[in-house]
Amino acid sequence: MKREIFTLLSSKCIAENVFEIKLEGNCEGISSGQFVNIELDGMYLRRPISVCDVNDNILTLIYKVVGKGTKALSEAKIGDKFDLLTGLGNGYDINVDTKKPVLAGGGVGTPPLYMLAKKLIEKGIKPYIALGFADKKSVFYKEEFEKLGLKVSVATVDGSFGTKGFVTDCIKNDFSDADYVFTCGPEPMLKAVYDLGLKGQFSFEERMGCGFGACMGCSCKTKYGNKRICKDGPVLLAEEIIW
Amino acid sequence: MVNLSVNLSGLELSNPIIPASGTFGYGREFAELYDIGILGSFSFKGTTLEARFGNPTPRIAETPSGMLNAVGLQNPGVDEVIKTEIPNIKKIFGKPVIANVGGFSIEEYTKCCELLDKCDNVGIIEVNISCPNVHNGGMSFGTTTEGAAAVTKAVKAVTTKPVYMKLSPNVTDITEIAKACEAEGADGISLINTLLGMRIDLKNRKPIIKNTTGGLSGGAIFPVALQMVYRVYKAVNLPLIGMGGVTTAEDVVEMMLAGATGVQIGAANLKNPFVCKEIIEELPNLCEKYGIKDLKDIIGGAHQ
Repeated sequence: MKREIFTLLSSKCIAENVFEIKLEGNCEGISSGQFVNIELDGMYLRRPISVCDVNDNILTLIYKVVGKGTKALSEAKIGDKFDLLTGLGNGYDINVDTKKPVLAGGGVGTPPLYMLAKKLIEKGIKPYIALGFADKKSVFYKEEFEKLGLKVSVATVDGSFGTKGFVTDCIKNDFSDADYVFTCGPEPMLKAVYDLGLKGQFSFEERMGCGFGACMGCSCKTKYGNKRICKDGPVLLAEEIIW
Repeated sequence: MVNLSVNLSGLELSNPIIPASGTFGYGREFAELYDIGILGSFSFKGTTLEARFGNPTPRIAETPSGMLNAVGLQNPGVDEVIKTEIPNIKKIFGKPVIANVGGFSIEEYTKCCELLDKCDNVGIIEVNISCPNVHNGGMSFGTTTEGAAAVTKAVKAVTTKPVYMKLSPNVTDITEIAKACEAEGADGISLINTLLGMRIDLKNRKPIIKNTTGGLSGGAIFPVALQMVYRVYKAVNLPLIGMGGVTTAEDVVEMMLAGATGVQIGAANLKNPFVCKEIIEELPNLCEKYGIKDLKDIIGGAHQ
C-alpha cells in the first residue's frame, strides 16, 4: 500500500452513469485486480474503485455514479488533486494453468478485467471476453477489448444489445471450450458463473471501512478461514468460496 | 523541547497517542507504512476467549462526519492471539501494548485476562464492557453499575497489570459507571466506546447494517466524548484514556485539557492510515504555539 497524490487528467461518461477517468501519479506496484481507495471532499470514508489500467504513471479507473461520493467525483475538474491509497488488495494471479481462460465481467465489474487481459496477452495467452450488462445504454469497453485483438461476447438482460440474457449465456454459447475463468461483478452473477463449474478466480465487493485490512469491516467466511475482502481478497479462488 | 511523555499507572509513554482497539488490527498493516515505534502504545483488536467471526456483512456504513460499524468482535480467540499475534507484535513494536478484552460472561473476562496477564509485552489490560454490537455481551455489563463493578472486581483478582475499564456512552450517567469501577479497584478508565446508531438504505428500505444498528465513531462524536471525559475526570480520581472522534493534534490537546492522560485515535486511522504519525509530528509545534512546555501539565487543565 502507498498513499499518493494523483492529478485528474480526463473524465468522460462512457455509458449511462459510468465514468472513465485518467489520473496522473505514482502507479508503482499496482497489479491487476487490485483497487485504489480515493479520498473525496466531505466524505468520511474513502471510495474503493478497482483499477482498470495502468500505463507508466497514468491510472485509469471506471466507476458508476451510485451515491454522493461518486457523484462528487464525476463533477471533479481537470487538474484536481486526489489523495489515493494504492496497491490495495490481493489481485488476480496469472501464474495459473490455463490455455483458454474466459474473463467474465458484470456491469462495473468489467474494468479490472481490462488490465488483466493485457497481462495475459503479455504472457502469450489470449483470453475470451464475456461481458454482461443491464441494457444497451450500460454497455462499455467492448471496442477496447476488441482492439486488444480479443473475441468479445456481450449479453444484455433486456436483449437491447448482443445476446439476450446473462454473461453465463455468452460463456455457454460462444466460449464453451474455456478452461478457466477470471471474473468480477455483482454476487448473484459471480454465483451463476461459479455454477458453470470452471476453475477460476472471483473478485468480490463489500462495504469497506479502511480498505487495507485494519478494521475487519468487510470479512467473509471461506473454506480457508475468515478473509478480509479488502486485504486477502477481493479476488478469491473458486475452491475456497462459501456462498 | 516540548515534553510529550505521559504516565499511565506506571507505564511511561513517550507521547499520549494510542491507536484505538479495532482500528489498528495487530499493527501489521501500519508497520508497513511507518515506524509504529513512535506511538505511545497501541490497543490491539478486541480479544475474546473463543474465536469469533462477528456479525454478518454489511457491517460498515458511512454517516455525516463519521461511520457506523457492527463488526462484532471478530478475532481468532485469546489462545491464537497469544500464540501468533503477540509474538508478531513484539517484532514490530518494541514497547508495551494495551490488550483489549471483550467477553460474554464474567468467567470469560477473567479467563482471558488471566492468560494475557502472562504476556510480558502487555502493559495495560483494557476491559471492553461497552461493545454495542454483540448481543448479551459486553455492553450489558457496561450499562449498569452492578455489572461494571462485578467485571472490574473479577478481573482485578486475576491480574497484576493495570486494568482500564472501557466504558459505553450509551448510558444515563457515565460518571456513575466510572465510580463503580473505581470502587472495585480499576486502575484507570478508557472512554468512550461508540454511540449506538443506524442508517437506512432508501433503495431497499432496510437498514444498511445487516445487524440493524452499529457503533458510531469519527469526528461526529468528538464533542460527546469530550464532555464525558470532562465529567468523568471530575467524578473519579483515576487516569483516563480519552477517545471518540479524535482526528487532529488540536483534538488531542482538547481531550487532555478535559482530563485525559492518554488519547486514543480510532476511526481516523481508517481514513488516513498516517494520522497518528502526523499528530505525533504536529504536537510539538502545537504545544509551542500555545505555550505548553510539558504536555502532562495540561491534563484536566480545563477544570481550573
